[in-house]
Amino acid sequence: MLHVLAAQDSGELVQGLTAVGRGIVYGGAAIGPGISIGIVVGNAITAMARQPEAAGMVRTTMFLGIAFTEALALFGFVLAFIISG
Amino acid sequence: MADDAPVAAPELDIARDLVRRAIPLGLVVIVLSALVWRADGAWTAAFAMAIIIVNLLAAAGLMAWAARISPNALMAAVMGGFIVRMAIVALAIFAVKDASWVELPLLAFTLLFGQLGLLAMETRYVSGSLAFPGLKPGVVTKEARPS
Repeated sequence: MLHVLAAQDSGELVQGLTAVGRGIVYGGAAIGPGISIGIVVGNAITAMARQPEAAGMVRTTMFLGIAFTEALALFGFVLAFIISG
Repeated sequence: MADDAPVAAPELDIARDLVRRAIPLGLVVIVLSALVWRADGAWTAAFAMAIIIVNLLAAAGLMAWAARISPNALMAAVMGGFIVRMAIVALAIFAVKDASWVELPLLAFTLLFGQLGLLAMETRYVSGSLAFPGLKPGVVTKEARPS
């Protein structure tokens, strides 16, 4: 493994590691909010099923929760591009 | 379930109100960015605010449309919409990332703090009661405005 790494041109290695890092940042930025939004929406639908008269209020809270969570994804996407230089 | 409790679209009201408040906030952000990064900063901040507004309007519109159909459709629309909207945002950023007028760090911080700031401001005007789902009664919306 070390021989392979040593044989690589340092520029290519940096490029490769940058691409890996970009993928990790981009993926992490999407997975975290994705899981969170799933939890928010799942619980909101449970709440609407239990108490249909509160559907409007639940949807309001759900929309704000989703929007707050998405800020992290938006930030992560740009960070991934910043890493690429 | 959606038929049992027909409600208006509170998320659309909130999104419209967010856009109304985003205009002065966006102008402040653009002016501040222009002071530091000149014209490039102003364009970058304007682009970031546009992404935030379009993203919020698209999310609200999709949710309001799906909520009229069924809870399953709402779940599918929110999760599928998240993937599609984030892909569109990523494509939009990818398309301009090498443009001469784009300052990527400013874009990242404007996206983060613009969205969080707008939402934090909006929470003051959101009602948490069954009587007024959505915005508080004093906040003027398109529906509530006298004709």
